[in-house]
Amino acid sequence: MSIPVRPAAAWLAASAALLAVLVTAFAVGKFPVAPGDLLRSLAGRLSGTGSGLPAAVDTVVWNIRLPRVAAGVVVGAVLAAAGAAYQGMFRNPLVSPDILGVSAGAGLGATLGIYLGLPLALVQGIAFVGGLLAVAFVWRIAALVQRHDPVLVLVLAGVALGALLGAGISLVKIISDPYTQLPTITFWLLGGLNAVTPHDLAATAPAMLAGLLPMALLRWRINLLSLADEEAAALGVDVGRLRLVLVAAATLSTAAAVSLAGIVGWIGLVVPHVARLLVGPDFLRLLPASLLLGAGFLVATDTLARTVAPIELPLGILTAVVGAPFFLWLLARAGRQA
Amino acid sequence: MSIAARDIHFAYRGRPVLTGASLALSAGELVCLLGSNGAGKSTLLRILLGLQRPGRGAVTVDGEPLAGWQRRQLARLVAYVPQVHVAPFPYTVRQVALMGRLPATGLLKAPGAADRACVQGILEHLGIAHLAERAYTEISGGERQLTLIARALAQEARLLVMDEPLAGLDYGNQVRLLDRLERLAEEGYGVLMTTHDPNQPLTGCQRVALLVDGRITADGHPGEVLTAAAIHLLYGVHVELLHATDGRRLAFRPTGRRVIA
Repeated sequence: MSIPVRPAAAWLAASAALLAVLVTAFAVGKFPVAPGDLLRSLAGRLSGTGSGLPAAVDTVVWNIRLPRVAAGVVVGAVLAAAGAAYQGMFRNPLVSPDILGVSAGAGLGATLGIYLGLPLALVQGIAFVGGLLAVAFVWRIAALVQRHDPVLVLVLAGVALGALLGAGISLVKIISDPYTQLPTITFWLLGGLNAVTPHDLAATAPAMLAGLLPMALLRWRINLLSLADEEAAALGVDVGRLRLVLVAAATLSTAAAVSLAGIVGWIGLVVPHVARLLVGPDFLRLLPASLLLGAGFLVATDTLARTVAPIELPLGILTAVVGAPFFLWLLARAGRQA
Repeated sequence: MSIAARDIHFAYRGRPVLTGASLALSAGELVCLLGSNGAGKSTLLRILLGLQRPGRGAVTVDGEPLAGWQRRQLARLVAYVPQVHVAPFPYTVRQVALMGRLPATGLLKAPGAADRACVQGILEHLGIAHLAERAYTEISGGERQLTLIARALAQEARLLVMDEPLAGLDYGNQVRLLDRLERLAEEGYGVLMTTHDPNQPLTGCQRVALLVDGRITADGHPGEVLTAAAIHLLYGVHVELLHATDGRRLAFRPTGRRVIA
């Protein structure tokens, strides 16, 4: 099913595409920055001598665009990697990183925080903790049920808890102030990078990177979790422990990403799928491919979100509007070639 | 090199499945385990592999209790070849076989050049090197079974425990796979396979064991074990044994069924 491509050329092309997306993201917007000015500003920063450009240009590049683009890179990469790991370990290409309730938990935490009028940093903190708690709860329930396939029990418990938390989110939306709080809640639930500050990024990046690390280090072994548990165990895998480590890692990074950017749907589901069509299912290549594609896709979508319309569009809407047709096109193309 | 289960008792949700079953496998022999559907053949295999803890009884590897072995060490001695299945992702034949290198691969590492060479040799030995870059999801059942055997050999285990390796294969692939298993036994591998077709052990198996009512009721040369009475005990059907003119046993045939040709 994978499209045959020469590996080195493909990595080079993907990296070049990501670079192009990043440059575009820095250049376009309400205050356009010409690529030449971008280079001069960068050179000025690196040499420490100043760029000689108007102060507004440097401010836009370093204080406004950089945190936003950097957040897009990390959040996109994290969501795509977590999605790839989850699809592998749940043996199902239709799984997204919030299957165990991390988004629902974070969503309820954030909506409650907004409803109570808490400051943004606290809202993010509650969202983060809510996401972790939801998955820990699901894991605990699944551990108590021993009679069935552990993977199936995890997914079912996640779906059930997700529904319960979703009901809680709806309740808070109904009782919240429709003019001040509801738009904020709705925007948060659809995701966005517009409110990201360098401080937010610095606060959440360690958790996102700490979650990515085990996934990257254990990436070959993730392959073996896509086998039946007993098959993997007979090959020498400590299945229970490996799954726990990966679920914890994916949850930590996803919860941090969601607390920073809200619930950006679709990326964790579809980017790993696209990566698999391009490089095949082996995590040795699938994980780096998902990281690159996820980062590029989210930054590109965010750039569109702040340029296509007079108002800023929620990311979750655009990831679906841009991603779904592209995904369907790729699916049809791969189907013809197979 | 041998693995042995002695006096195994096991119950599933209060229903006794195994009630004192004993079975051993040594390197260099091909053993068939015969039993009806639901007789507990797979359960006995899982217990032998250490994947399931028996309620009572002991499993030993070269005389030492299985419980003392680490999973990774055990994987280098005994390999499990599951029934051919549909994989959720299109791993290539080579990638599937490389997974067998896990016991020899460090926790944070991936298989290296030596592992790749080892797997390449195994694929060539099994005659599936030409399939190496094909997706496991797109090859035939017989080819998938060989891929899973390649993965087991990549573990460098001398004992192979196979769950219904012939199920789902067409007649030609069944014959070829039995040939292959016989040759593996000649090369020094110990192969234990389950089956429910009493005709399969008549060719090639040196030993056949019968699992009836949770126990091994007979274990020995097919010529002694496989009688019409034993098949009736196993499956509850009356059969006759067809012999060649020189006295060799050829096949079982259900009596009372009309002979058309």
